[in-house]
Amino acid sequence: MTVPLPVFVVLPLAAAFMLPLFGKKGKSAATLLANLVTIGLVVMAVSTIGQSRTYEIGRWSIPLGINLVLDGLSCLLLLAVSVVSAAAMLFSTRYMEQYTAKSKYLCLFMLMVTGMNGVVLSGDIFNLFVFLEIASIASYALVGFGCEHEELEASFKYMVLGSIASMFVLFAVALVYGNTGTLNMAYISRTIGTNGMNLGLTFAMGLFIAGFGLKAALVPFHAWLPDAHPSAPAPISAMLSGVLIKALGVYALTRILFNIFGISVAVGWVIITLAVLSMVCGALLALGQWDFKRLLAYSSISQVGYVVLGLGLGALIIAKGGNTAVASLAILGGLLHLLNHAVYKSLLFLNSGSIEMATGTRQLKEMGGLAEKMPYTRATCAIASASIAGVPPLSGFWSKLIIVIAAIQAEYYWIAAVVVGVSVCTLIMYLKAHRYVFLGELPENLKDVKENKGSMLLAMSLLAVLCVVMGLLVLVKPLKTNVLEPAVKVVMDGPDYSANIIAQK
Amino acid sequence: MPYALCFLLFVIGLYCAVVKKNMVKIVVGILVMEYAVNLFLIMLGYRSEGVAPIVDKSYLTEGGGIADAFLSHAVDPLPQALVLTAIVISLGSLALMISICIRTYEKYGTFDITEIRRLKG
Repeated sequence: MTVPLPVFVVLPLAAAFMLPLFGKKGKSAATLLANLVTIGLVVMAVSTIGQSRTYEIGRWSIPLGINLVLDGLSCLLLLAVSVVSAAAMLFSTRYMEQYTAKSKYLCLFMLMVTGMNGVVLSGDIFNLFVFLEIASIASYALVGFGCEHEELEASFKYMVLGSIASMFVLFAVALVYGNTGTLNMAYISRTIGTNGMNLGLTFAMGLFIAGFGLKAALVPFHAWLPDAHPSAPAPISAMLSGVLIKALGVYALTRILFNIFGISVAVGWVIITLAVLSMVCGALLALGQWDFKRLLAYSSISQVGYVVLGLGLGALIIAKGGNTAVASLAILGGLLHLLNHAVYKSLLFLNSGSIEMATGTRQLKEMGGLAEKMPYTRATCAIASASIAGVPPLSGFWSKLIIVIAAIQAEYYWIAAVVVGVSVCTLIMYLKAHRYVFLGELPENLKDVKENKGSMLLAMSLLAVLCVVMGLLVLVKPLKTNVLEPAVKVVMDGPDYSANIIAQK
Repeated sequence: MPYALCFLLFVIGLYCAVVKKNMVKIVVGILVMEYAVNLFLIMLGYRSEGVAPIVDKSYLTEGGGIADAFLSHAVDPLPQALVLTAIVISLGSLALMISICIRTYEKYGTFDITEIRRLKG
């Protein structure tokens, strides 16, 4: 079965505008429909594994029209987005009952999914900007969804920095158009390949790195994330940390740098510097947090650093003309970590939502001894924490191991040391969280806490199972060759991407 | 030269958005940035003594081709389409930004971001 590519954008978009029509009385019908849409998207994303094709909107062939491109990298991101959004939507079914205006929430959620799917499928640089804005504006509104003091403050901060990032991206798009005369990614890449870089294009590349770096919350562009992610409702925190920063930030940056501009040694070092800064600062700042969700948010900054580090290491090795096998190993590690982080960080945010709903607090010091009261939340949280800290044989172990092996083979021993060191910090911060939330004395006011059942439990269990079995992506040959290797190949091919797209015309 | 002025406008907007303390002024700063980018896009398509990019009969040559006079003078229509899209998007985000400013004013009673500081760490 081949799914037409626009369906990934049109289906959630249509759902977004239908859901508010149900009103207050049809709330359960609207929730059911939203769940069906997200599950449908998972099925369709799984069916695209191993495929690569393009779709020309309105049958206008490129470079005149806009095209959608499905290749290995897009497919990987589609999988991550659809799985996390399905789990988050399942979790919201019960969790969002505590808020009013659930149908508006569902509408914004669907718009966010639309934007992310659009970003990963778009083959046109301005179209990418439009989808980026759809996803961003929906996420600004969702961060402020509670309309309380902290939420509005976080939403405003996020929106100001997000809008500045979008303007950087739009300015860069304008510069690229002015210098190459086309907006289609494949043709831009071909023009740059024949004419080479000039000052305007180099400046555009800098603006892209700053703009997408802000969206991906790499240090020093991270200031908004620790406020915005904890303030959102838990399923939205899971979406933001799990996939939004990767689809809008890491994916877009990878596509632009590797496939359009092509990489150089200087760019490789810039990416590695940003990545190492994010890993170290994120982990150290997370250690000192006493708000559970804030700790998770800082840890996201650190984990995105791993993803970008894998990609940057690959870029540096390719640009220096080193061993391509090592470069592809580094990129494989980065991309696998992207998938892994999407799964376990969204699970941890769902856990925090479950705990917050049961106890009414997020402060670690006010909790304790919840292990007996909330056994399922505890079990899933333990799996996710062990996974993110890199305990074998859970998912996080494999991606970190691959990055370390690649760094050692490329003889960047200090990078391997940083990866291991940050991993130890991660282990410490999750041991701390676990100790304060689930172990120790149960406070008097939490004596009658109850475990959350139903859809919330189902969503958490599904993600926990994924955490355990994700290692199979590396170990089982057919999965590896169909899911990970096409994505690595797209990144490794670099500017050859344009020849592939133009040939498919 | 016009490009340099356009970039200056962008930098002024960025400065205003980053340095100012009043929420409404920050929003205005972001808008100035947006206008600077829109202006830049429009200037990309500008040609002195340009004509509208619509081929009418007077531009057709006898063989049915398009006259050189048209090709050398027609304005690039694409940036204008881009600017229209960008304006619509910025309208959406402006509406959201202003409504969050109003809600924040209702809660805190001030627009000064140095006094709106409940989130730390």
